[in-house]
Amino acid sequence: MLGQLGEGAKLLAGGQSLIPLLKLRFASPAHLVDLNFITDTSFIKEEGGALRFGAMTRHAEIEHSDLARKISVLHDCAAGIADVQVRNRGTIGGSLAEADPSGDWANALITLDTTVHCLGPNGARKVALKDFILDAYTTVLGHDELVTEVEVEIPPKGSGGAYIAFKRAAPVYPTASTAVQLTMDGEVCKDAAIALGCVGLTAIRASEAEAALRGKSLNDTTITAAAEAARAAADPHPDMRGSADYKRELAAALVKRAIHIALRRARGEQVEGTHLYA
Amino acid sequence: MPEGATVQKIAVQVKVNGKSYSREVEARMLLVEFLREACDLTGTHVGCDTTYCGACTVLLNNLAVKSCTMFAVQADGSEITTVEGLEKDGQLHPIQKAFGDAYGLQCGYCTPGLMLSTFQLLAENPEPDEKEIRKAIAGNTCRCTGYMNIFKAVQLAGQNMKGA
Repeated sequence: MLGQLGEGAKLLAGGQSLIPLLKLRFASPAHLVDLNFITDTSFIKEEGGALRFGAMTRHAEIEHSDLARKISVLHDCAAGIADVQVRNRGTIGGSLAEADPSGDWANALITLDTTVHCLGPNGARKVALKDFILDAYTTVLGHDELVTEVEVEIPPKGSGGAYIAFKRAAPVYPTASTAVQLTMDGEVCKDAAIALGCVGLTAIRASEAEAALRGKSLNDTTITAAAEAARAAADPHPDMRGSADYKRELAAALVKRAIHIALRRARGEQVEGTHLYA
Repeated sequence: MPEGATVQKIAVQVKVNGKSYSREVEARMLLVEFLREACDLTGTHVGCDTTYCGACTVLLNNLAVKSCTMFAVQADGSEITTVEGLEKDGQLHPIQKAFGDAYGLQCGYCTPGLMLSTFQLLAENPEPDEKEIRKAIAGNTCRCTGYMNIFKAVQLAGQNMKGA
């Protein structure tokens, strides 16, 4: 069907980003193809050490899923996206395919081993998330291709993560967000993944911030070094949500906070992660 | 669209507040426009029309959604509850009564949406604490009350429904 409609067609998943964009005339597709009537596209399964999410799985379904709680970053992210109404409609596949620079899922999932399953007339393919999003609102998807599933490896034992977004109010996009995943070996950080959202055209992996933690014992000095490296990695645009300097400051502070939560979770503590409001 | 072209209409059948409505509408019609203009149910309000304020909140198959952020054709085959469906046999619903008793409204524009968000919350959690109430109604903006009386109204509604 997408092949017949050509490049003027756009897919409609939860619609919570696309419909507002249509109203603003930022997008004016000739055809909208609604994916909501296709069955079996909403599911959460555990298989072979990974969690698998159907593309049309709603944020609220992930928020309330015990399986998804196995990966803290996923629960934090799902439970904090916009508000109840948006979470009841918006989908994980739609969020990734939309690739909004301020979207939550891409930033949360980029710290994990995430694979996007795509399907088109030439068959199915699997794309690592880091290769899936090319630029703001731009993915590797062909116009006749769609996302069917999002697969996330369950991190090893001794690994803990956190996702925090800072928002002025629930329904708006975050001013900045961060995802942190730490794998600990006793006091030493074996591996670290740190991502920054809303401070660049795509989610940014702060590799120097990760390097500041990897192989080190985590204390105020190393955590501050990581936060400073994150500040340098952020590349924000000033807008109504804040100046570039403000957003860098915010990104650094969020990274620090998320490292502390991730560390406690890696040690097996139950910590209720929460999004922050101005 | 080229001038003079006819707009294709699509059949939509929904159950709103227990009553069936069959209409033929343009694909671009939003659900909130459908409810207000095609079904004459004007209790659902258009506030910001940008997925922010929640004045247009209705229940779609028992879940709160912003009816300005979906198309009417997407609701085909669904069951919808609007504020008009809360009152039964001339009796206010306990949520409506609580909003009045606790002074949880002033101008009333946001109130239908708030009451339907409250409906979903209390169906899942009959005794919410303030933190849970804040999270549940975070997608509904009120510009009059300062929210404190709304929190009280939601809690009172929960108590009233438990007793009912």
